[in-house]
Amino acid sequence: MDNNWPLWEVFVRSKNGLEHRHFGSLHAADEDMALENARDVYTRRNEGVSIWVVKSSNIKASNPAHNGELFEPAQDKVYRHPTFYNVPDEVKHM
Amino acid sequence: MSNEQIKSLEEIFEARIARDEKIEPKDWMPEKYRKTHIRQISQHAHSEIVGMLPEGNWISRAPSLRRKAALLAKVQDEAGHGLYLYSACETLGISRIELYDQLHSGKAKYSSIFNYPTLTWADMGAVGWLVDGAAIINQVPLCNTSFGPYARAMVRVCKEESFHQRQGFEIMLKLCNGSKQQKDMAQDALNRWWWPSLMMLGPTDAESVHTEQSMKWKLKRKSNDDLRQQFIDQTVPQADLLGLTIPDPDLKFNEQTGSYDFGTIDWDEFWQVVKGHGPCNKQRISARVAAWDNGSWVRDAAMAHAAKKEALKIKIAI
Ligand SMILES: [Fe+2]
Ligand SMILES: [Fe+2]
Ligand SMILES: [Fe+2]
Repeated sequence: MDNNWPLWEVFVRSKNGLEHRHFGSLHAADEDMALENARDVYTRRNEGVSIWVVKSSNIKASNPAHNGELFEPAQDKVYRHPTFYNVPDEVKHM
Repeated sequence: MSNEQIKSLEEIFEARIARDEKIEPKDWMPEKYRKTHIRQISQHAHSEIVGMLPEGNWISRAPSLRRKAALLAKVQDEAGHGLYLYSACETLGISRIELYDQLHSGKAKYSSIFNYPTLTWADMGAVGWLVDGAAIINQVPLCNTSFGPYARAMVRVCKEESFHQRQGFEIMLKLCNGSKQQKDMAQDALNRWWWPSLMMLGPTDAESVHTEQSMKWKLKRKSNDDLRQQFIDQTVPQADLLGLTIPDPDLKFNEQTGSYDFGTIDWDEFWQVVKGHGPCNKQRISARVAAWDNGSWVRDAAMAHAAKKEALKIKIAI
């Protein structure tokens, strides 16, 4: 049996009204321990009000080598931006 | 990939860094960049972890509850720093267990300063004031380094370091305002920690092998000698304030440069310690290895418990 503790990614909400943000990672035997360790490692000075932990192996990440196919199609779609549309100057509040 | 393709990728890569873009773990990077970062980040992580030992030595003997709480919190922070840095290092494709093996087998280095003993309570003052002080000078420029996970870890580390230095200085101040014996103790600690702290900022520029490449990659933003000068210039007035004497007869203010000139550093001593012959090298590594080995049954038990809980969850779901 592989007895090395698996890797977990830690996300912390620093205060209500803000989203959880990736803080880093840590090793723990299970999800409860991951949460406790995250508390000790990443929030020793009130950095958070809520923590998520996710097993790193459960994250599917995009590959930066494919950024072209993934993100470039958005670049030529200027009609998704308000400045693409001509409106006379007299029109207010638009 | 052909050599030409690699070469053009390298050019694009260097240009990105020159434009101050950050490199993230899944981005293409030259093998040398990856290796150099694994080496530097892991050395840094090991230093935080081994660095707990000289101070851990005094937790149970701190002179008051206030001091004990502060020292305990500081040592806990150092553990945290080690963990931030190990996890940044793991994003480069090396496992935690490999990193530990490198430390435990002596293959990896850590800061030579932690191979000196902490003989009296005043050493807790000197370590916080000088060693954390020198560490801050080393670390602040790294908050802007090119590798994203390292830079982010350093931002967190730097936020926490200033309490470390202040609590050390406060210990020194208290001793210096105390009895003659207490002040002597503070002076003795400064005498022993001064030179090793200067060495901590690394070999002189002439001797430093990695500097040029490291500057390009923003792993280094100022040379070792510049950092050392900065440390001396900021620390001497603090020693004056304490009423302590820096153990260097050649130290004097230079009106022309606006900096302090200082005596010759005993680099033979530095290399002896780096090569494993410092006063505590063996003690530090054996303490670390013992902690890891003695914890083995706990790690196994935790994994067994996790497996049982998982099995139970699946059973309930069915
Ligand atoms: Fe630290
Ligand atoms: Fe550090
Ligand atoms: Fe520190």
